[in-house]
Amino acid sequence: MAKKTYLQALNEALAQEMEKDERVFILGEDVGQFGGCFGVTQGLFDRFGEGRVMDTPITESVIVGAAAGAAASGLRPVAELMFVDFIGVALDQLFNQAAKMRYMFGGKAKVPMVLRMPQGAGIGAAAQHSQSLEAWFMHIPGLKVVMPSTPYDAKGMLISAIRDDNPVVFLEHKLLYGVEGDVPEESYTIELGKADIKRQGTDVTVVATSRMVHSALEAAEILAKDGISLEVIDPRCLQPLDTETILDSVRKTHALVIAHEAVCFAGPGAEIAAQVAEKAFDYLDAPITRVAAPFCPVPFSPPLEQAFIPGAEDIVKAVRALR
Amino acid sequence: MSHSKEIMVKMYTTMNRIRMFESMAQEYFAAGKIPGFVHLYLGEEAVAVGACSCLTDRDSITSTHRGHGHLIAKGGDLKLMMAEIFGKSTGYCKGKGGSMHIADFDLGILGANGIVGGGGPLATGAALAAKYKKTDDVTICFFGDGASNQGTTQESLNLASAWKLPVVFVNENNGYGISCPQCKSMAVTDIADRAAAYDMPGVVVDGNDVLAVYEAVGEAVKRARRGEGPTLVECKTYRWRGHFEGDACTYRCTEELNEWMAKDPIPRFEEKLIESGLATAEELEGVKAAVKKELEAASEFAQSSPLPELSALLEDVYA
Repeated sequence: MAKKTYLQALNEALAQEMEKDERVFILGEDVGQFGGCFGVTQGLFDRFGEGRVMDTPITESVIVGAAAGAAASGLRPVAELMFVDFIGVALDQLFNQAAKMRYMFGGKAKVPMVLRMPQGAGIGAAAQHSQSLEAWFMHIPGLKVVMPSTPYDAKGMLISAIRDDNPVVFLEHKLLYGVEGDVPEESYTIELGKADIKRQGTDVTVVATSRMVHSALEAAEILAKDGISLEVIDPRCLQPLDTETILDSVRKTHALVIAHEAVCFAGPGAEIAAQVAEKAFDYLDAPITRVAAPFCPVPFSPPLEQAFIPGAEDIVKAVRALR
Repeated sequence: MSHSKEIMVKMYTTMNRIRMFESMAQEYFAAGKIPGFVHLYLGEEAVAVGACSCLTDRDSITSTHRGHGHLIAKGGDLKLMMAEIFGKSTGYCKGKGGSMHIADFDLGILGANGIVGGGGPLATGAALAAKYKKTDDVTICFFGDGASNQGTTQESLNLASAWKLPVVFVNENNGYGISCPQCKSMAVTDIADRAAAYDMPGVVVDGNDVLAVYEAVGEAVKRARRGEGPTLVECKTYRWRGHFEGDACTYRCTEELNEWMAKDPIPRFEEKLIESGLATAEELEGVKAAVKKELEAASEFAQSSPLPELSALLEDVYA
């Protein structure tokens, strides 16, 4: 299997779906000749033309809303916002319009759109270009929320998201774009709502999302040297959330650490912790622990930004504290 | 007036269907039979009817919180609408949407909307889809004077014009954004002036004259079908009732209301029809009587329909 970056995997998914289905098109900020802020849509403008790869003005409400309107009218748009932080400008179109159309209208609307947004800290982009906002989206009934951690998952899940008949929020960590992994040439799908056990283990379950999956795998290597075996679960999709895979693991390991880059307070880990506390409390031998960002905006200065971002050493520390 | 009798009488009928539907909703709301709240379209009938009469079933509209009139004008079923605002399982949306969230995708009604300015981007997207699919379908975006100040509206006007999308922005200027008069919320007198900022035609019409609306929107629809892009048509009108039923309307005076009620679009149109010899007073009375019967049937349907089963609560969250 060929090694490809996460970015190439996404690009390939877009190209293959556009090739296969004429209803699929791309719209967003600088997605055309420029190829997208991080390069995800590189080459697609030349290949498919401006009729299917559309540069929009920097007006997020109408990007998201036009995608929803076009989706409700029979197309399958893939919209890109340059940074997830810009969704604040367009939230109404996402959560009051796209997400609710089906339910409000008694099941008659279908809104098959994907909203791709890079998120996460680590490139010195400061408070308005670095957040992890998945908890906002998973709280809204009607949205699906996907955040793949590997190139393989990125391609398969983007294809699934494009084929899904619901609005899907697709969150890509900027620092994952350069990560390499095995990616098949051919088109394939990955069920949205199915977690992946990234490493089998017996002593502690670590549920990690997006870039933190890689930190968790690093932590597992370190702790393995001390004879501590981590099971690393990547939900890959936060809505729907595969709680069964998480619960099965906790029933086996009796301990749970949750790792994400979003702010800890009311972050996605709060929901995962609550699910486990409600459904597998008797299996827990220790309190559930969260490794996540502190409650502050993402700072600019490199040492402060590094202090903000949780990492493998934080997971190691959290696991050791359980024992 | 060179329009056919058929279209003229149809417009007259639809105006009466809206008038009687809204009057009935007003009564049922006062009687406590309709849950939540309703925003009535009484007095503004000429706008929805004049505009939607320019469309076919293939064309689309996006509507507003004051949406009953638009839905009826686009062909919405009175029984299903009445049942929906009663919260009944037989309603358009199985009772899940209510007054502010009615849609009929088969008729191109992409939904009323509880958010002021919410429909602009959706209409722009529907128009984008029509262009993408290389059809000549057109979308009308209804929005109020309040919504004209929203960023979503400005973003939509801009994108629609930049991409020459087949959408017609029909502004219903009834003078008030809830309680706030237009003079306090914007510096312009004519909202249509804003069209110039996006290099599209902006037209002001008497929104209580159904033929003026029909002709202005008709031109705009033709232009959109030719691929020449959007138009902003401002229809000056007035709502007879408050923003919502129960609104005491302390922010406007009786003289103003009376002045506008004297410009009631229905008798004005009636006079024209009779003067021009297109219809007799008896014929028009017959139209009203038929509409009244239709409304009685809708009311009977809504009242006798069952409320939703609780098992419906979690249905249709996802496709």
